[in-house]
Amino acid sequence: MQYLLSVVHDGPSPEVAEEQAAIDVFNQQMKDDGYWVFAGGLGMPTNATVVDSRGEQPVITDGPFVETKEFLIGFWIIEAPDLDVALGLATEGSKACNRKIEVRPFL
Amino acid sequence: MTAAHRSEWARVVASLTRRFGDLDLAEESAAEAFAVAVERWPVDGVPPNPGAWLTTTANRKAIDRIRREAKRVGKHEEADMLYDPEPPPSLGVVEDERLRLIFICCHPALAPESRVALTLRMVGGLSVPEIARAFLVQESAMGQRITRAKAKIKAAGIPYRVPAAKDLPARVSGVLAVLYLVFNEGYLATDPAADPVRAELTGEAIRLTRLVHGLLPEDGEVAGLLALMLLTDARRTARVSSSGELVALEEQDRGSWNADLIAEGHRLVRERLAAARAGTAPGRYQILAAINAVHTSARHAADTDWSQVVTLYDQLARLDRSPIVALNRAVAAAELDGPAAGLAAVDRLADALDGYHPFHAARADLLRRLGRRAEASAAYERAIELAGNSAEIAALARRRGRLFPDGPATPAG
Repeated sequence: MQYLLSVVHDGPSPEVAEEQAAIDVFNQQMKDDGYWVFAGGLGMPTNATVVDSRGEQPVITDGPFVETKEFLIGFWIIEAPDLDVALGLATEGSKACNRKIEVRPFL
Repeated sequence: MTAAHRSEWARVVASLTRRFGDLDLAEESAAEAFAVAVERWPVDGVPPNPGAWLTTTANRKAIDRIRREAKRVGKHEEADMLYDPEPPPSLGVVEDERLRLIFICCHPALAPESRVALTLRMVGGLSVPEIARAFLVQESAMGQRITRAKAKIKAAGIPYRVPAAKDLPARVSGVLAVLYLVFNEGYLATDPAADPVRAELTGEAIRLTRLVHGLLPEDGEVAGLLALMLLTDARRTARVSSSGELVALEEQDRGSWNADLIAEGHRLVRERLAAARAGTAPGRYQILAAINAVHTSARHAADTDWSQVVTLYDQLARLDRSPIVALNRAVAAAELDGPAAGLAAVDRLADALDGYHPFHAARADLLRRLGRRAEASAAYERAIELAGNSAEIAALARRRGRLFPDGPATPAG
């Protein structure tokens, strides 16, 4: 199964160098163990733009679609046999990036 | 039928879940097989091996369901590939199966109330209306809760297996938390509309904990929780008076305690004490069981070995720094050091426990013993406001009433 591990940012602190180093180690381990599919870090929500093209004219708005204190700051997509393995990886990932992680299965 | 239902249900659901990998299908097919048994056994007689009969019948029902579903979506070939049930696996394997079932129902990725409901349904074999009644929830809401939990198990890929050794202690502790919650809800219902003590829930919790103890006999905390439940449940009938009031431990008729349950609980505690002497540090359930063993060893309340109780609470406080443990320790220590020292210790917990009714009840008792009646009355009043259990409220009201035997309390000053 594939899971999306969403990294939730809920504090004022931006990423520090030690976190990046820990994340690199974790990423390499995931690749070595065959769980890695894809990963990415995201820019701040203030730099987001929302496009709504359900009407006749596309509407383009500045900012995230919903203002929240918690927001997505990065993610991993992993291949894991079951939720216990995914939760184990999320436990290590959360420690590495010093943020909480939401684990969600792909359909 | 009830006896067969209780003891075979979990085996049938577990073996079907393993075979078909589908909890929903396992539950529905097991329920169908049990319904057939209810209809047929009184007429045809109970089969020589009821468990095997139920498993075989449930297997056939499951295959029928899969065939019907496959035909509905036009997959005749798959449907035709399904044959008769495979031979029942050996007993050892079956035992493992039930353990898997317990672990999947108590998985930490499920909401705590869903874990309780799912465990009672899948492992305990209680019907959805029974569980809904036990927790005073609408039947449809309880049904939905169970359905949602099963859907998450499937969609999120929660595995059907006993956790890896490194995860086992944490996962077992999750299972025990679910069982203890079921027991406590039966032993002291939190809802004023419920019966104050519900033996069906305490009985079910004990039955399931016995099952887990049988499956994990080496686990000290499982044994500890079982002992704790037995020693608590042994006092059940002495705990509510004929007029429906909760009777405090020191006022209970100790002769009406269940001697068999106490003997079994004491035996388990002794085993754990031996393990502790051999170097296995006891966890919280074992310590709580030992405290209850001290209480149930005293023929009269006055014979209670309070210094032993205080020592055990000190040990518990090292594992669990919660103010509730500190409160219980303070109440026990008051028996050794007197009510004034006890009150001072209890008052230090005021900030943390202001919303917790046993805190105010304990304060009230200590104030009463110190002759500070007006303050005691106010503390009983606060405990009554916060308590949810009808028998407990009745007992608190009686104790408050006894402060002023000549009439209602008049506020001091």
